[in-house]
Amino acid sequence: MKLRILKALLRKEIKLMRRNPIIPKIIVMMPLMVMLVMPLVANLDVKQVNVTVVDNDRTDISRRIVADLQAADNIDVTDNCTSYNAALRTMDDGTADVILCIPYRFAADMLTAPEPLDILANGVNANKGMLGARYVAQSVAGTLKEIRRDSGIVAETTESSVINRFNPTLNFRNYMIPALMVMLIIIICGFLPALNIAEEKETGTIEAMNVTPVSRFIFVLSKLIPYWVVGLIVVTVGMVIGRVVYGLAPEGSIGQIYLAAILFSLVMSSLGVIVANVSSTMLQSIFIMFAVVMVFQLMGGLFTPISSMPDWARYLTYGIPPRYFIEIMRAVYLKGTSLGGLWLQYTALGGMAILLSVIAALTYRKQS
Amino acid sequence: MNNSEYAITVKDLTKKFGDFTAVDRITFDVRKGEIFGFLGANGAGKTTAMRMLCGLSVPTSGNGRVAGFDIVRQAEMIKRRIGYMSQNFSLYQNLTAEENLRLFGTIYGLSDREIKTRSQRLFQDLDMESMRGKRVGDIPVGWKQKLAFVAATIHLPEIVFLDEPTGGVDPVTRRKFWELIYKATADGMTVFVTTHYLDEAEYCNRVSIMVDGRIEALDSPDNLKKRYDADTMDEVFRMVAKNAKRAE
Repeated sequence: MKLRILKALLRKEIKLMRRNPIIPKIIVMMPLMVMLVMPLVANLDVKQVNVTVVDNDRTDISRRIVADLQAADNIDVTDNCTSYNAALRTMDDGTADVILCIPYRFAADMLTAPEPLDILANGVNANKGMLGARYVAQSVAGTLKEIRRDSGIVAETTESSVINRFNPTLNFRNYMIPALMVMLIIIICGFLPALNIAEEKETGTIEAMNVTPVSRFIFVLSKLIPYWVVGLIVVTVGMVIGRVVYGLAPEGSIGQIYLAAILFSLVMSSLGVIVANVSSTMLQSIFIMFAVVMVFQLMGGLFTPISSMPDWARYLTYGIPPRYFIEIMRAVYLKGTSLGGLWLQYTALGGMAILLSVIAALTYRKQS
Repeated sequence: MNNSEYAITVKDLTKKFGDFTAVDRITFDVRKGEIFGFLGANGAGKTTAMRMLCGLSVPTSGNGRVAGFDIVRQAEMIKRRIGYMSQNFSLYQNLTAEENLRLFGTIYGLSDREIKTRSQRLFQDLDMESMRGKRVGDIPVGWKQKLAFVAATIHLPEIVFLDEPTGGVDPVTRRKFWELIYKATADGMTVFVTTHYLDEAEYCNRVSIMVDGRIEALDSPDNLKKRYDADTMDEVFRMVAKNAKRAE
């Protein structure tokens, strides 16, 4: 009996979704476009660092350092200044990202009591400044190592281990692809149900439902279940493009990815329903959803690692559902972690899914 | 089952929204099988009162019974036994006429066979055979209203609530709509209807006139006309409602 009503309601939801002129297209086109374009665009790699050199030493060694710098990947020596102040001006003008300052008598003292080399990075673009300084430091360290070896001195090994960790293009893309799928589910499975219910409120059809004996649990369930399917479509499109276009296939099992996608779709669609329940117009629900989505994107570990957040924020992220989904996606995709290794994340996500769907049903009011 | 002779009994029913008293201690009852007209100017509180009776809105105070059940505590029981047609057209525009009827029929617990035979008969009766498979959004407004009525009564409820069912509909279609209402009462349904058309008030067995949240007059159209020494319900309404303070 109840199952029959649920089936009838699901049939209605799916028919209405399919007959909508835009929504079916969005469900397929949005993941398609995002997966095709964003991994190429959303990229933190630094491919060209402009360096201004101030060579106060003017020896063979200092010239060798500069020559090696010019030859290094990603580095371009754009200016040679005679004074530190002139070099700073190039940074002010925006032509230099990094300044390398070689002190007077650097070569002469280098084997006895070396003066430090100064590397200055433009921190306006924090990421570029940081990486650029590292690139330069690595190049200089390489040159110095060679010089020492040539002169028969055993190279000190302390500096080499840190610097070798470049962030090659491929790695960053692989890091982004699972994250983009998470973002798509956040947006599609969060917004659609919120807008769907708000629309029913505005057109008055929800009242026609509220005046029938249909139970609110069944009604809310009929709003949630279609988004499992939508979530699966999104992840499938994402995985296919990841494989075909970027050659990235999940290391772990696809079943695990689907399981996490279903749980997370349920979390997001329940949130969408809750938001729609507490707002009375589409405008209101869109605004609330934007606030939620923004927090999810910036605090869920999508773009910036949770480990670099301050302590209080790190504790907060335990309450942010995408955190677990992102951890699962990255672990399964890149490391091939098994279900057992991620039981904590799955349990947290499952618990949140149940909790939020119950809240969605409870906040749905048939009576005002 | 409801054994009393009344389909609806209401005592001191009140609804407040903040400081505003939309419905102010109304008391009345509706006999079974009656067509009960619920008149009043815009903003008089008709829709609010009706929504409380249908279990869509919780009264601030007072009580009432509909189809034998308490409107505060047993709203979901009431919903099985009533039909409701709201002021805003509320079928799914992107479903066909038939799909809408099937949806509502299933929710009210009709079997697939019952839904099929009933909707077939209804489409024939209404001369809407050709529109069965059409999306409701593409059907002209007059037909839509009839379809909404059919959807609200497909489960043969004890009472059907109609909130301005003929708003924006031409006189011929209005007339036909009232034929539908009469037919429903012949099947034993009680009809509770709000309207702005005072000629329609004449079709009702009894009529109440609401002014500023209160019921100012309640009787059969003939008795009301006698009491106010008027020829038409229109005159009666003007006399009763002339002191209304609530503007639109």
